[in-house]
Amino acid sequence: MTEEILQQDLKHIKLPDGSIEKTTTTLNLGPTHPATHGVFQNILEVDGERIVSSEATVGYIHRAFEKIAERRPLYQVTPLTDRLNYCSAPINNMGWHMTCEKLLQIETPKRVDYLRVIIMELARTADHIICNSVIGVDSGALSVFLYVMQYRELIYEIYEEICGSRLTTNIGRIGGFERNFNATAWQKLEKFLNEFPKALKEFENLLQRNRIFMDRTIGAGPISAERALNYGFTGPNLRACGVDYDLRVHTPYCSYQDFDFKIPVGTTGDVYDRWLVRNQEMWESLEIIWQAYQKIQEFKGQEAEVYHANVPEYYLPPKQDVYTKMEALIWHFKIIMGETDIPAGEVWHSVEGANGELGFYLISDGGRSPYRLHFRRPCFIYYQAFPELVKDSMLADAVIVLSSLNLIAGEMDA
Amino acid sequence: MGLTNERIRERLVEKFGESATGFSEPFGMLTFEVPKEMNLKLLQFLYDDPELKFRFLTDLQAVHYPDNKGRELAVVYHLHNLTDNVRIRFKIFTDIENPDVFTATRLYECANWMERETYDFFGVNFVGHPNLKRILNVEEMDYFPMRKEYPMEDQTRIDKDDEMFGRGGTI
Amino acid sequence: MARPVRFNISPKPRDNEGHISLVDAPPEGFSGEGFFTTKLSEVVGLARKNSMWPLPFATSCCGIEFMATMGAHYDFGRFGAERMGFSPRQCDMLMVMGTIAKKMGPVLRQVYIQMSEPRWVIAVGACASSGGIFDSYSVLQGIDQIIPVDVYVPGCPPRPEAILDGVMAVQDLVGKESIRRRNSERYQQLMLSYGIQ
Repeated sequence: MTEEILQQDLKHIKLPDGSIEKTTTTLNLGPTHPATHGVFQNILEVDGERIVSSEATVGYIHRAFEKIAERRPLYQVTPLTDRLNYCSAPINNMGWHMTCEKLLQIETPKRVDYLRVIIMELARTADHIICNSVIGVDSGALSVFLYVMQYRELIYEIYEEICGSRLTTNIGRIGGFERNFNATAWQKLEKFLNEFPKALKEFENLLQRNRIFMDRTIGAGPISAERALNYGFTGPNLRACGVDYDLRVHTPYCSYQDFDFKIPVGTTGDVYDRWLVRNQEMWESLEIIWQAYQKIQEFKGQEAEVYHANVPEYYLPPKQDVYTKMEALIWHFKIIMGETDIPAGEVWHSVEGANGELGFYLISDGGRSPYRLHFRRPCFIYYQAFPELVKDSMLADAVIVLSSLNLIAGEMDA
Repeated sequence: MGLTNERIRERLVEKFGESATGFSEPFGMLTFEVPKEMNLKLLQFLYDDPELKFRFLTDLQAVHYPDNKGRELAVVYHLHNLTDNVRIRFKIFTDIENPDVFTATRLYECANWMERETYDFFGVNFVGHPNLKRILNVEEMDYFPMRKEYPMEDQTRIDKDDEMFGRGGTI
Repeated sequence: MARPVRFNISPKPRDNEGHISLVDAPPEGFSGEGFFTTKLSEVVGLARKNSMWPLPFATSCCGIEFMATMGAHYDFGRFGAERMGFSPRQCDMLMVMGTIAKKMGPVLRQVYIQMSEPRWVIAVGACASSGGIFDSYSVLQGIDQIIPVDVYVPGCPPRPEAILDGVMAVQDLVGKESIRRRNSERYQQLMLSYGIQ
C-alpha cells in the first residue's frame, strides 16, 4: 500500500538518475568560499563527513596571459608576470628578466645578482608569511594572521623605495634594476631584519608546538615522495615529502651558489610538514638576506654604484636622461614599443618560486614580441593531486589541505 | 663524469635510429624531434632506462605554426633527470586536420591537466585521456583560442573603442 | 569617434567639498531641551553607514591589498566593517576585488542576486571596473556589464588608502540615501536594465 502511494508521489517529482540510491552528498566548495583563497571550485562527494571523491574546476580567473604575451614586446610582458603569483611578484619579474637575459646572452654583474637575491628572498618570505598564517586562520587561529601581516607592510615599504609599487611590483629591468638602492631602502631593510625575527619567533611559538594545531594538521593530506614526483610537485610541497629538490641549489641562478643556506625537508608530506618546511624556509631566507647585505657592503668605490649590466639595446635609459636628452628618449621609445627585434631562439628558464618551480618557455622568431610564451605554473600542476590528498579524510581536513598547498588562483589559471 | 648531451644522443640514436631527428642544443638543452606515434615509447624508454632516468615531466605544451603545412601543431615535452640534473626537450609535430596524439597520463599523473590545457588552447586531441574537457576556458567555447588565426580581444565587446587603442577601425 | 558606452554614463560628483566628513557630527535636525528631531532616513543612514558588513569577493591581486587593508596597519575595522561575511544573505556591501572572467560572471551575478536590499557594490581595482590590463577574450570588461555598481576604485592594485576612500564614498551614499529609494520607479528601471527582478 505504501509502495503504491510512494510510486504515485514520485511521478510528479523529477529526481536526477540514481539520486535515491546515492549514499553520498554532493557538496560544492564553491568558487566563492572563505576557505578557498582564490577562485577554484571543488565538487566533493561526502559520505557524512568523509570525502569519497572530489573534482576540481579551475579557470574562473583565466586571463589569457599566454595569448596577451604574444602581442607584447619583452618589457611589456613584465607586468603580466607580476600577476602570476601576486603574493611574491618580484620572483616572477626576476625570473622573466633572467629568461630574457638568457635569450639575449647578457651576463649580470655580481652586485646586481646580490641585489636580486635580496629582493627574491624578501618576496619568498612575504609569500610564506601569507601561506603559513592562512593555514592558521583556516584552523581557527585568526590572531596569528594579524601579527605577521604587519611585517608584510615593512616588505612593501622596501619594494616601494626601489620600484615605487607595493604589490604588483614590475621591478627591475633586463640586466639589473632601474635605480640603485638608496639609503632609505637600506635603512628599511635593516629595520625589517632586526624586527621580523622576533615576530617570527612569536608566530612559531604560537603554532608550532600548539597541541590543537598539531592535532589538526598532523596526518592531514599526506602524500608519498614517489606520488608527489609523479604529480609534478615542486617547491615546499615536494620538500615536505622528503625530496630535497630546490632549484637554487640544484641549478644555481643569480649567484645563489655564493650563499650558505640549508634546505629544510620534511618526511610525510602532510600539512604539518608543509607548515614546518615553509617556516624554516623563512628563517633560511632571512639568513640569505643577511649574507647578501654583508656581501653588498663589501663593494667599494665605483663597484658600489653598479646596478645594471651594460646593455644599452635592452636596458631602458635612466629617467633623468629620458626627459632631457633626445637619444635617450628615442632609445626608451624603441625598447618599450618593441622596435628593437629580439633574436630568434627558444629558451627555457626556471626559478624557484615561492610555491615551486616557475618555468618560462620562450620561443622567439626574431620579431618584436615572443612567438610563443608559456609559463610552467607550479600551482596548476600540483593542484591535480588534491583528490588523492583528501580521499577518505574529513571535510575540515580538506580545507586545511587546500590552504597548505599555497594555491594562488592567478597563477593557476594564468 | 655525468650524463652529457652527447651520451643521451648516442643512446637515443642507438634505440630509435632514424626516428629521432632534428638534434640541436639551444642554450645547452638537448632538443630533438620524434614522429608522433612514438611519443609514448620514447617517454617509457627515458623513464625506464637506468642510465637516462628522466622521471620528471616538467612541462607539456603546444605551439602553432600555421605556415608548416602538415606539421602545424607541435607538442613540446620538457623532461628532467633529477639525480644527474639534466634536462631535455622533445617535440612531436602533428597535422592540424587530425591532431591525435597519445596521452602520457598513464606514465605521468601531472600530464592530465597539462594535456587538458593543450587541448583547450590548441585543439590537440589526446587519445586515451581520461577526461579531455576544457579546463581554463568556458565549457561552451567552440574554438581553440591560442591558434594564431584568432585575435586576443573579445570581438563581441562594445565599450572599447579600437581607435583609441591604436588598432584602427571603429569598435 | 562613436563610443556607445552603456554604463556609468552620468556619474554623480562626490559631495564632500574637499573636507573630511566627521563620523560623530550630528545630522541636521531640530534640537531642544532633551530632544533631537531629524529625518528618519538620516538616522537610519547614520546607523547603516557605520556598520557596513562587507562581502569580500576577492579573486586576485586586489584581494591581497584588501588583506593588507584589513590588517592592523590600515585597519578596515574602524569603519564598522570588522565582520566580513561570506554569505550574501548577511552582508550589505559587495566588494568585488580582482579580475572577473567570463566564467566567473554568472557566479558573481548569482551572489549579487542573493544579497538582500539595501545593497551596495564597490568595484575595487582596474579589472573589476573595466577589465584592467586584460583586454582578452576571457575577461569580462568591467563588472558593470552584469551588476549595477555604486563606487569604482581605480588602481592596479589600489593602495589601501584608496580602498578606504572608496568605502568612505559608499558611506556617504549610504548616509544620504532616501528610505524609499529601493522601491522607487527609477531603481526598478535600473534593475530591469540589468535583467534582475
